[in-house]
Amino acid sequence: MTKTLLVALARLVSGANVRWAGCGPEVRQRVYFANHTSNLDGLVVWASLPPRVRALTRLVGARDYWSKGPLRRYVAGRVLNAVLIERKKPTAHDNPLADMLAALGDRYSLIIFPEGGRQTGLEMAPFKGGLFHLAKDRPDVEFVPVLIENLNRILPKGEFLSVPLLGSVTFGAPLKLETGEEKVRFLERAQAAVKALREL
Amino acid sequence: MSLQFDKQTFWLVGGVLALLVFSSLIGWWLSLRVTSDSGKATVQNFNARTRAWWTMVAVFGLAMATGGIGSVVLFALTSFLALREFITLTPTRRGDHRSLFWVFFIILPLQYYLIAIKWYGLFSVMIPVYAFLLIPIRAAMAGDCENFLERTAKVQWGLMVCVYCVSYVPALLSLDIPGYEGQNGKLMFYFVLVAQISDVLQYVWGKTLGRHKIAPTVSPNKTWEGFIGGVACATLIGAALWWATPFTPLASAGMSLAITLMGFGGGLVMSAIKRDRGVKDYGTLIEGHGGMMDRIDSLCFAAPVFFHLTRYFFTPT
Repeated sequence: MTKTLLVALARLVSGANVRWAGCGPEVRQRVYFANHTSNLDGLVVWASLPPRVRALTRLVGARDYWSKGPLRRYVAGRVLNAVLIERKKPTAHDNPLADMLAALGDRYSLIIFPEGGRQTGLEMAPFKGGLFHLAKDRPDVEFVPVLIENLNRILPKGEFLSVPLLGSVTFGAPLKLETGEEKVRFLERAQAAVKALREL
Repeated sequence: MSLQFDKQTFWLVGGVLALLVFSSLIGWWLSLRVTSDSGKATVQNFNARTRAWWTMVAVFGLAMATGGIGSVVLFALTSFLALREFITLTPTRRGDHRSLFWVFFIILPLQYYLIAIKWYGLFSVMIPVYAFLLIPIRAAMAGDCENFLERTAKVQWGLMVCVYCVSYVPALLSLDIPGYEGQNGKLMFYFVLVAQISDVLQYVWGKTLGRHKIAPTVSPNKTWEGFIGGVACATLIGAALWWATPFTPLASAGMSLAITLMGFGGGLVMSAIKRDRGVKDYGTLIEGHGGMMDRIDSLCFAAPVFFHLTRYFFTPT
């Protein structure tokens, strides 16, 4: 009930136009990685998946953001089934990568933001290494680039009132880690794949 | 603000429904006959447009049936959707966020509230005077000077076209025309009908006979044949509907001509903006038509002119 309502709300606020350009909304294990400019991003990407895919897809979010206040905790825990990771001070016990791998398991998909935080400029920040390690440990999983557009204009960083523009979410063709591919190279390629969706 | 349903309204609505049935039948007949791929695409688009017309007529009819307030709400919603498409296409910056919030959630509802209470003295100047001056002040306070004039101009332009101009359609209900009291619903129906049928006829004439393009860089679909045929036919139809209006047949022809010419201009201008932004349609809201702005571009430009012509020539003030 809350889920349906939240999905409807996310779609209404974002006016999101969802495009599948490169793969379809199939039920299979995937890591959706997207650019990050707005607090709406995670919710909107999650809401733009069809219900049966959505049920098996978990948002990876920052613990410092999502565990603040009862509402965020409720949405993250009960609705999004989110995987909360420590982004500020990772330790051996509190390792984001281990948490993500555990959350992936053998049925779930993840939504991650490899820039590590919301960007305010036009350009994307370099991707963090976690994406590479995920790809290395789970070669069976598809890595799908996702481009989110306009949500930063709907709800920019630092604002709490949203403006009703039309956003869009574009899913691109899955990426595979090539044999022997270096970390830097793979991360650049992944970022380029997200950027390339702007031209569609 | 109640609108009475008289015999003339019945004929207007009946006529439109008959037209829709007719074009649905034509579309069905064409779909059986056409064999070429491009022909099929055209017919499919035609049928999608017809289906969308059924929905639009149903919504408009429902709004009219609820009396004036339904029409005000309908056009407020129309403005909201059009403005949303317009601003989405227009590059704005972080510093515009708060003024955009004002535009969507304060100025737009206020304009339609003023229309609903028929406060002509304020609804006719609120956006061109007060909003015009307050928006740049708000934007300047946000402190971002980059492309300031350009950004401000775009927001104001969007507000003028999508809100101010569109709001003149339900504003027709506020005109006090001697001898036509309580019948303004028909005037609004007449206006929307002439403006939209002119679009449809220009499209039909253009598709069938169109050869000479008017402004190929702006809109490849607009041809002299379509323009002349569409404007002439729509003007004749408008003249033939004089019985539903406060106009004489000749005045009704003149009004229809003004509506169709302004409507054509609106389509051309809004196309130029689309070309500049590199898109074909403003959105995907209405199947076969594109976005809301694609459907109402002619209404935007025709409504204020029709309102003021009618107000000047047919009301005592």
